[in-house]
Amino acid sequence: MIEIKVDEKGFYGNFGGAYIPEMLHPNIEELRLNYEAIIAEPDFQETFHSLLRDFVGRPTPLYLAERLSEKFGAKIYLKREDLCHTGAHKVNNTIGQIILAKKLGKKRIIAETGAGQHGVATATVCALMGMECTVYMGALDIERQRPNVERMKILGAKVVPATSGSKTLKDATNEAMRQWINNPVDTHYIIGSVVGPHPYPEMVARFQSVISAEIKAQLLEKEGRDYPDAVIACVGGGSNAAGAFYHYYNDPRVRLIAVEAAGLGISSGKSAATTALGTPGVLHGSKTLLMQTKDGQVVEPHSISAGLDYPGIGPVHAHLFESGRGEFIAVEDDDAMRAGIALSRTEGIIPAIETSHALHALSLMEYKPGDVLVINLSGRGDKDLDTYIKWGKY
Amino acid sequence: MNRLKRLFEHKQERVLSIYFTAGFPAKDDTLTIMQALEQAGADIIEIGMPYSDPIADGPTIQESNLQALANGMDMETLFGQLEEMRQTVSLPVVLMGYLNPIMQYGEERFCARCQELGIDGLIIPDLPISLYLEQYQALFNQYGLSNTFLISPQTSEERIREIDQHSDGFIYMVSSHAITGAKASISEEQIAYFERVAAMQLKNPRLIGFGISDAYTFTTASRYSHGAIIGSAFIKVLAGSRNLEADIHEYIQNVIKQA
Ligand SMILES: Cc1ncc(COP(=O)(O)O)c(C=O)c1O
Repeated sequence: MIEIKVDEKGFYGNFGGAYIPEMLHPNIEELRLNYEAIIAEPDFQETFHSLLRDFVGRPTPLYLAERLSEKFGAKIYLKREDLCHTGAHKVNNTIGQIILAKKLGKKRIIAETGAGQHGVATATVCALMGMECTVYMGALDIERQRPNVERMKILGAKVVPATSGSKTLKDATNEAMRQWINNPVDTHYIIGSVVGPHPYPEMVARFQSVISAEIKAQLLEKEGRDYPDAVIACVGGGSNAAGAFYHYYNDPRVRLIAVEAAGLGISSGKSAATTALGTPGVLHGSKTLLMQTKDGQVVEPHSISAGLDYPGIGPVHAHLFESGRGEFIAVEDDDAMRAGIALSRTEGIIPAIETSHALHALSLMEYKPGDVLVINLSGRGDKDLDTYIKWGKY
Repeated sequence: MNRLKRLFEHKQERVLSIYFTAGFPAKDDTLTIMQALEQAGADIIEIGMPYSDPIADGPTIQESNLQALANGMDMETLFGQLEEMRQTVSLPVVLMGYLNPIMQYGEERFCARCQELGIDGLIIPDLPISLYLEQYQALFNQYGLSNTFLISPQTSEERIREIDQHSDGFIYMVSSHAITGAKASISEEQIAYFERVAAMQLKNPRLIGFGISDAYTFTTASRYSHGAIIGSAFIKVLAGSRNLEADIHEYIQNVIKQA
């Protein structure tokens, strides 16, 4: 089996690297040279873990979903990232990066956001640490995700619309990168997924890897073995999936199942299924799989879930796909919505629509009766009430 | 010999390089603009290859990129427009753009096409020097293409020296911590940076870009370098123009007149 691991240039197999304008070189280099040492400091570890425990509410439960298990004939555990403070896994990463930013002596934080979950998680840790926070958000997403915009403002962050291009997550990321170029000295950019130039993808995965570290300990207790037969997670950029897969990357006993958003269908022209539709290219500082025209222009994706509405994926996922280590499944809008409603009714948990995609994978994947399956329940559905209401079929 | 090298051999002062986005304002304006620039007295022409996600560019150039794409520009169309350029344009011509469209076109095919058309050099902001040395340098050399790197006030002396060693056209000095965009003036801090780099005695000529817009900023920048690059301010001229030839002529003449 091939080893899933980042090399010193930031590549996972053929994907990764740091394709950045020279103006960003000092910032990225500062991070690259320092992040591992800083993360390894006992002081960092202590602050990180005590905040995860007392502020975020970790460890999150690994919950045996009995009625769901019965329905599918497997032993299904839900890793309850939805119970994290702010409602999704995103905060694991923002806690790690804000401590890092402080140690680097930064005064200001910038971030991009799509659905607003990462923006809220960033605004939250900035409030916690007393740091100035600006979040870039596509003008279209600002319209679609009002409640999260207001949450960020209540937390004291400034929300700046990205008005160029398609006015969604991709453009918000462009804008955050531009603002970092404009403010290279005192500002840290908290990227919200395992995307961007090296060392971001690995750094974000490390912060999210607390998810699989906990799964191991919890499974050992509940099942007498520290690994499941499969881990299932949705992939936008891929941070919750990378976190849930991390400690199993190189464990051949564990299937890694990554679920992408097919939108209205892979061949509908309105999709975000990057591995199905993408080809190798460079976006936001790394080489990865990318939805693009033959001329290399980035194509606008579509998904009913704003958090999966991104034309690329993190380089580690491109590598998991290309190497065959990961199994990739695409789930359409309507199927995801139905899976979300189904979980609400069988387990009393209204999931984020991103997460609902992972839930529907149960109906598409193969497994043996009695297999132990862990689904990473990346977030809760409060932010999506409007979308559920508009969809209406419940 | 490469036209860029020839230019800098006989001109070391007040070299004016003008950037515009291919396919803007209208799809077929590319050659018209180039000819007008040559007649008006520009020294280097930088043609932007439109891209959907130009992360080093400010709003003016972003908009021109998106407009050009909306006009139907793509790489093949651009090469088609440049097919006959050497019959009427003798200035050095540099293509500027992001890596992804070049990768999709095929790097070698792209370089071969550039050479065939008489392109002299490339500026690819998201191609860092380490990747250039590993994967592109030999290819660019093979097809006679100069490569230009950017440096900014944050770039360390050691790195500027490394960039100088591996550059063979000119060095593009980004004037401040900034993405592209026209600004009104040049600060003391910027001048200190211009002087610091000038004192380094680099082997390559230096052009200062980002924020240069008129005779005053051009003259100031030229005092500390071999010349300057104008992008956003020129795009604004094009955007508001009803008569490209006349407006380009007037603008360039205004910039290069001795203040
Ligand atoms: C609940 C939830 N899950 C998943 C995602 C997708 O991000 P990633 O693929 O980085 O986990 C988001 C992004 O907003 C989210 O809010």
